Amino acid sequence: MRARVFVTLKSGVLDPQGQAIQGALGALGFAGVQSVRQGKVFDIELADGADAETELKAMCEKLLANTVIENYRVEFGSDRG
Amino acid sequence: MRSAIILFPGTNRERDMAAALKRASGRDPAIVWHAETTLPAVDLIVLPGGFSFGDYLRAGAIAARSPVMAEVVKRANEGVLVLGVCNGFQSLCEVGLLPGVLMRNASLKFVCREVKLEIANTQTPFTHAYRPRQIIRCPVAHHDGNYFADEATLDRLEGEGRIAFRYAEGTNPNGSRRDIAGILSERGNVLGMMPHPEDMTDEAHGALDGLGLFRSIAGIGEMAA
Repeated sequence: MRARVFVTLKSGVLDPQGQAIQGALGALGFAGVQSVRQGKVFDIELADGADAETELKAMCEKLLANTVIENYRVEFGSDRG
Repeated sequence: MRSAIILFPGTNRERDMAAALKRASGRDPAIVWHAETTLPAVDLIVLPGGFSFGDYLRAGAIAARSPVMAEVVKRANEGVLVLGVCNGFQSLCEVGLLPGVLMRNASLKFVCREVKLEIANTQTPFTHAYRPRQIIRCPVAHHDGNYFADEATLDRLEGEGRIAFRYAEGTNPNGSRRDIAGILSERGNVLGMMPHPEDMTDEAHGALDGLGLFRSIAGIGEMAA
């Protein structure tokens, strides 16, 4: 079982790294960039038979995301990458 | 005063912390490796500065899930004093002993300089040796010191006197909300702070302004002993 976890900053949380990336894109001549928010991606392989959805939710809550400032989303069955 | 310093892979401020504790209390702290599951009987547990686990995932995130942390949380809940400085503060937030999170500095730059701190609450085990609203000199050295919590949490911290230290005189180095440099747990026995008071405790440091914190703690320890 493969899963991909996306961790992103909650809206309203200042993202200075995203702003710096936005500035750099502007410096490269990409004039139309109105906003950049950066985040993290985790590709996780799980042994079959586990309750993957419950397990992954617990992983996100306990470690992968800091839910004070971050949201998470899980995609199953991804064989990308 | 009996104390223990927790050591993680990547911790690098334990020596100065041990020297400051020795200076204030006359006793060497125990050094406890993060993989331990027990702690000696102590009055104070310290999580020092550094880059535990290379700041992987988020600063302090992996340290907060180390085996020894279950015991640190248990002792904190029993009322034992816990001090987290810099990376230690980040870890205390990650483990949930303190609210909020330390985000990347607003400047995106690592800051290594001296700041001014206001002692915002002197009625704590960590600060009672200082005068109310006293301004002290203290160094900072961090990349992720930008304290963030939602407005309700910030209001609550202020209302309950749980802001122990504030950056003063326009010296906020990281964009921290409400100039917060150090906060206390609800019970008041856990302190997390970004600045390094242990590095202002020797004449060679240029000032002794950080000694008050260690004398405050040592005084409590002697009273308890």
